Amino acid sequence: MHAPHSLLARFGQHRGAMFALAALLLIVLALVFGPLLSPHAVDSIDFDGDWATAPSLVNAHWFGTDSLGRDVLVRTLEGGRISLLVAFAATLVSLSIGVAYGAVAGYFGGAIDEWMMRAVDILYALPFLFLVILLMVLFGRNLVLVFVAIGAINWLDMARVVRGQTLALREREFITAARTHGMGDAAILWRHILPNLAGVVMVTVTLTIPQVILTESFLSFLGLGVQEPATSWGTLINQGAREMEATPWALLFPASLMALTLLCFNLLGDALRDVLDPRESA
Amino acid sequence: MSTLLDVRGLSLSYRTRQQRLPVLHDVGFTLAAGETLGLVGESGSGKSQIALALMGLLPINAEVQGSLVFEGCELTTLKPAERRALRGARMGLIFQDPMTSLNPHLSIGLQLAEVLEQHQGASRAAALAESARMLDAVRIPEAARRLKQYPHELSGGQRQRVMIAMMLLARPAVLIADEPTTALDVTVQAEILKLLATLQREMGLALLMISHDLGVMADIADELLVLYAGRVMEQGAAKTLLAAPKHPYTQALLACRPRLDSPLYLAQGLRLPGIAGLPARVGERSKGCVFAPRCALASAQCSQEAPLLRAHAENHRLACHRA
Repeated sequence: MHAPHSLLARFGQHRGAMFALAALLLIVLALVFGPLLSPHAVDSIDFDGDWATAPSLVNAHWFGTDSLGRDVLVRTLEGGRISLLVAFAATLVSLSIGVAYGAVAGYFGGAIDEWMMRAVDILYALPFLFLVILLMVLFGRNLVLVFVAIGAINWLDMARVVRGQTLALREREFITAARTHGMGDAAILWRHILPNLAGVVMVTVTLTIPQVILTESFLSFLGLGVQEPATSWGTLINQGAREMEATPWALLFPASLMALTLLCFNLLGDALRDVLDPRESA
Repeated sequence: MSTLLDVRGLSLSYRTRQQRLPVLHDVGFTLAAGETLGLVGESGSGKSQIALALMGLLPINAEVQGSLVFEGCELTTLKPAERRALRGARMGLIFQDPMTSLNPHLSIGLQLAEVLEQHQGASRAAALAESARMLDAVRIPEAARRLKQYPHELSGGQRQRVMIAMMLLARPAVLIADEPTTALDVTVQAEILKLLATLQREMGLALLMISHDLGVMADIADELLVLYAGRVMEQGAAKTLLAAPKHPYTQALLACRPRLDSPLYLAQGLRLPGIAGLPARVGERSKGCVFAPRCALASAQCSQEAPLLRAHAENHRLACHRA
């Protein structure tokens, strides 16, 4: 019996992966189109109903309204848009910098590696919050800045993981074999090191995305991230937590959706690691 | 036959912070097209170091002395980029373990094709077609289908065939095989050796065969070079050397071959004979002959004075005071 060759076919046979993928697709669709279909706006207050209506399928507020009378469903979706946007953008930043940096450090080794990784250590030592506050003060509050700040911190982890993996890879015989048929360093990095990093990078990415979502909500909680009337999951959860006794649904819905999203990313990462390892037959 | 490779006075040492570790000492040989030279010796005798020195794949702290002339071109003075252009194109190297020499994440076809794309700027399609022909040449059935497979789908013997195909794709003049059959089982080993011999005939390859298996050498080598602790002990035509070894080390190596009819083997209650003592450590300096501490024939002179490599008969040289 041969395992299916194409990645897609092997991926399709992974039940956890298909579940997570379907759920994520549904969530993303809801986040993108939900707010457009909803009769409510993010910042509009429903003056007809009571303040803080409980969720119900009968009235127009399926997830209820918060203590200001705003629709929780549309706010949860809108918040999710921002949270995921930040997560993807910051992860992309950390992915590109981290992989390139880590692969170069690990592949060349020696003094180059030593200096590059000491630089990472120094950046690690920078107080993250202080850096973010400084950026906010210098450039004003700005969503792009949140991406940059989070990405700039997260690539350090990625660089370390990738560098460690590359150190192990470059000792493998097929790298020496590639050198014996005259491949240059750049070609070896591109053709032989990178594909072998795919698995570990994927897993790290799926750990990075939820981590970024959490970091973003933490910043929002401190008033450094997304500001009212715009919203993110972090802002919503923070708000919901403050009014937990009066309007538990304003905490419950955004928190559950966020937890489900994080779970799906983790499942997906797990499945990807299985699938990307060609020795593992499906 | 014209000489393809002429190695003279090759010495190699590694520089560390504390010291210089000599690994090879004054090694010399020549290799002509269609000829097979066998390098024999225990682990740590420097066999693989010779291969790496020829390929220019030594670590940066290696110091090479002597001259390596390949196709009339002095390798030691070439720029790194020029040496890279030779690797794979004019000289190939096959490793011991085919299980780890192929990239597990790339299909066989891609890995073969990239050699030709690299050296001849061939298109992907042309490179794949040539790769399929080369897989045929190394007797892998259903070559076209194999190209799409990944290394883990092939057996050890097939992978070694793929490695051989990969190294021969660009039609090199010299092929270095560093214990190409050690990781394979005996029946597969015989097939791979037969294949190498056939390919050598077909393509007029010069073959540098590295092994500690004298049985393998008897089958395939024309010339033999016996190394111990980075020094040449005995050197000459394989037939004479194996039939009538003159150096005590070569004799001892031959005596170690497991043979059911060997009186020594029977006398020891079917225990495998060995050479007493431990192999000389890398970088170990001694005033006399490096093999003297383990040599049954060693005399006072042996521990005082290092023997020089001298001609014993025509095409037969050895370094020993006692032989």
